[in-house]
Amino acid sequence: MSDDELRALILREVGNIAPESDLDQIDPASNLREQVDLDSMDMLNLLIAIHGATGVDIPEADYAKMASVDDAVAYLRTRVSQ
Amino acid sequence: MPSLGADMVAGTIIEWLVKPGDPIKRGDIIAVVDTEKATIEVEVFMTGIIESILIPAGEKVPVGTALALIRDGEVAAPPREAAKPLVAEPANPLVAGPVTAPAIPRPAAPVTPVTRPPTAPLPHEVTPAAAKRLRISPVAMRMALEMQVDLSKVEGTGPGGAIGKADIERTMKSAVRALAPPPVMAPSPPVAAEAAAAVAKPLLAPAERKLAMRRAIAAAMARSKREIPHYYLTTSIDMGNALAWLQAENLKRSVNERLLYSVFLLKAVALAARQIPEMNGFWIDNQFKPGEAIHVGVAISSRQGGLIAPAIHDVDKKNTDEIMLSLRELVKRVRAGILRSSEIADATITVSSLGEQGVESVFGVIYPPQVALVGFGKIVERPWAINGMLGVRPIIMASLAADHRASDGHRGALFLAAINSLLQEPQKL
Repeated sequence: MSDDELRALILREVGNIAPESDLDQIDPASNLREQVDLDSMDMLNLLIAIHGATGVDIPEADYAKMASVDDAVAYLRTRVSQ
Repeated sequence: MPSLGADMVAGTIIEWLVKPGDPIKRGDIIAVVDTEKATIEVEVFMTGIIESILIPAGEKVPVGTALALIRDGEVAAPPREAAKPLVAEPANPLVAGPVTAPAIPRPAAPVTPVTRPPTAPLPHEVTPAAAKRLRISPVAMRMALEMQVDLSKVEGTGPGGAIGKADIERTMKSAVRALAPPPVMAPSPPVAAEAAAAVAKPLLAPAERKLAMRRAIAAAMARSKREIPHYYLTTSIDMGNALAWLQAENLKRSVNERLLYSVFLLKAVALAARQIPEMNGFWIDNQFKPGEAIHVGVAISSRQGGLIAPAIHDVDKKNTDEIMLSLRELVKRVRAGILRSSEIADATITVSSLGEQGVESVFGVIYPPQVALVGFGKIVERPWAINGMLGVRPIIMASLAADHRASDGHRGALFLAAINSLLQEPQKL
């Protein structure tokens, strides 16, 4: 998957979880949870959706590496392509 | 029209999923109802055969109105006298709460029921003018809901001027798409205006829904503070054991099987409620009625604004995996805005966890006619003394808001203490 595809996937799933959010307004470099007001259940559902689409099973210890959209793309990039 | 919570006064039938002659059994979903808070799938509480449908799709009626007649049992052709009005009576006493309608008086001649049996003195009855029935097919109604079509602008071409799917499509094409109408600016009394508008526009546009939801919350919370003498207790709970156990457990699990710590909180509350039963149930008719099971209401904020506290059933009997599954399902359903009638109506105790919002303690307002609400704040690291040694531990503040009519502080204290000790042994939850 390309970076663009990963980015689109993440934003699409964020849109499913938080349908009221304006996806165009999300700053990819800053904390996603704070911008979109995601609670831990929302985050878990986001990771489950990403897992379903990419097959990447993100361990709990790596949650911090998924803080922003850019971080998440970088994290997934190395694991999806393998 | 079942009461789907103490704050509900009326509901709109969106769709019937059964027709006269259909056999039904307890637990079947027979209709879809729109309330101020959500779209609710109405489950039936008896087994029998649909005799007739009294309230057509599209109509808004007060809580307590008979919606359909159900013939008892499964006999092929029983005497017609056996038919009795369906009020979708919940198996719990919530429906009897003072704000909601009392159980429907059985009509003397059940086979020829009045279309609208007398109901409780609700603040608004549908006026005769407003009671003119909107004729629309269920499919068309659903489309109109999804597309936000203003039904007053749709010309029905079906039998008797009924609106069908084609009429909605034609209206869409001719671009007469009504955007959300402005919120009803409430000539007093506001609720009456809303009810009068209900038949022409039975489905709420987002702005109206928001307003209606605020009013529903206002009614329930004002009633709670007016009637319930709350007392409050708090205790700090060391979550170290629970979090360590959770972390070790989640390490072994794939992302879709992982648990959240809220699951432990829910289970601990349910088991503690089994030990201190005065916290689990309802204050009705000037006395405490213990809950027949432990159904924990979970306060979930809807993203569109507002709050719903649907129930997870039999939490005390479920393991943590099952509770997690129910919780995930429930959050998803709240987000989608479609809930089951039993989830909405029958919580016996409520848990509100505002930790995610970053506050350390919560003092809840009890959801009538329940008698207790347990609040949890966020987990914070605090200096904590154990056995004369100081350490840093993750601490959560648990609070209890309880109804002093149903219990005293002593029992409330035992209840919180039980929650605390249960959380020290997460492997047993």
